[in-house]
Amino acid sequence: MNTIVAQLQRQFQGYIVSLYQQGYLDNQFTELRKLQDEGSPDFVAEVVSLFFDDCAKLINDMSTSLERPDHVDFKQVDSGVHQLKGSSSSVGARRVKSVCIAFKECCDVQNREGCLRCLQQVDYEYKMLKTKLQDLFNLEQQILQAGGTIPQVSMN
Amino acid sequence: MGMETESQFHVLAVDDSLFDRKMIERLLQKSSCQVTTVDSGSKALEFLGLRVDDEDPNVLSTSPHIHQEVEINLIITDYCMPGMTGYDLLKKVKESAAFKSIPVVIMSSENVPARISRCLEEGAEEFFLKPVKLADLTKLKPHMMKTKLKKESEKPAKEEESEVSKPEIEEEEEAVIEILPLHQELESEQLETMVSSSSSNKRKAMEEVISTDRSRPKYNDITTSV
Repeated sequence: MNTIVAQLQRQFQGYIVSLYQQGYLDNQFTELRKLQDEGSPDFVAEVVSLFFDDCAKLINDMSTSLERPDHVDFKQVDSGVHQLKGSSSSVGARRVKSVCIAFKECCDVQNREGCLRCLQQVDYEYKMLKTKLQDLFNLEQQILQAGGTIPQVSMN
Repeated sequence: MGMETESQFHVLAVDDSLFDRKMIERLLQKSSCQVTTVDSGSKALEFLGLRVDDEDPNVLSTSPHIHQEVEINLIITDYCMPGMTGYDLLKKVKESAAFKSIPVVIMSSENVPARISRCLEEGAEEFFLKPVKLADLTKLKPHMMKTKLKKESEKPAKEEESEVSKPEIEEEEEAVIEILPLHQELESEQLETMVSSSSSNKRKAMEEVISTDRSRPKYNDITTSV
């Protein structure tokens, strides 16, 4: 039983470290994990889920605003990017945040083509992160079910 | 000692984003604070018991129907909100006789120096850049403790007013030390800052406390014109 837990914990540790190293996550994700405890055991999963819901909705709204070449609501797009940048920053979603920075620049100069590219990229990145984090949460569940505790990982 | 029961601080958190509300709520809970979250400046004012006049939104009066049972030790608000911004809220709180002593902290995802100085000038205690971290919240304790200390020092206030400043500081040190064991992580530097700022503002602070508490029951008489 102990070795299974140890194995799972090592797997978890390796996976989360790789997510940091590949730039999917940054230090803010570590901060997020600090907020989870026995009183709020699902905090990270809940917040992350809220974030992905936000992503889907904001991307959809921005897509609509960018649809007609002759009639782009850049104000709405800017608002969406601002929100997305804020929440991705709070969650530690590093790649999503990077795209948002580029997205904002395209929006500032009213570059519709650039915005469309960024929109596509941000859609790809959030979905990718969603998959990765789902795998991470699954590993966590396996550890807990095997009677182990989830390791704290600090990245320096 | 009544101090143990009062050791939990109650923070009012204001943010229009559900996501950010969830974040700040958890951060505050993790810092052992009680939290109430609202999604707008006007709801924050309502919660405090300040009613916005329907005809003239610039006139605030304290609602005769809402008795503020809950003591708020700090307001933390987002800057960018539709309708009433965090800055507007800050102004309204600081202009209210009943609530101006409540410390206000502003949060923003944008680092705009002009914005930051404007808020600090208007009376905000701190300006946090988002994402707010747990470490940022340790800065709140001294501000919240000042409001507690004011209440604790209310009784000895009249006796000490005629004393020389040095004995005042010594008396305060004792009072502070009694409370401190609950917050042992406070560094001695912070302690000194608290003591010195408390003693220098003490007279002013005491006057504020006395006037605030007396005027509290008379909600009908408080109007603030902007």
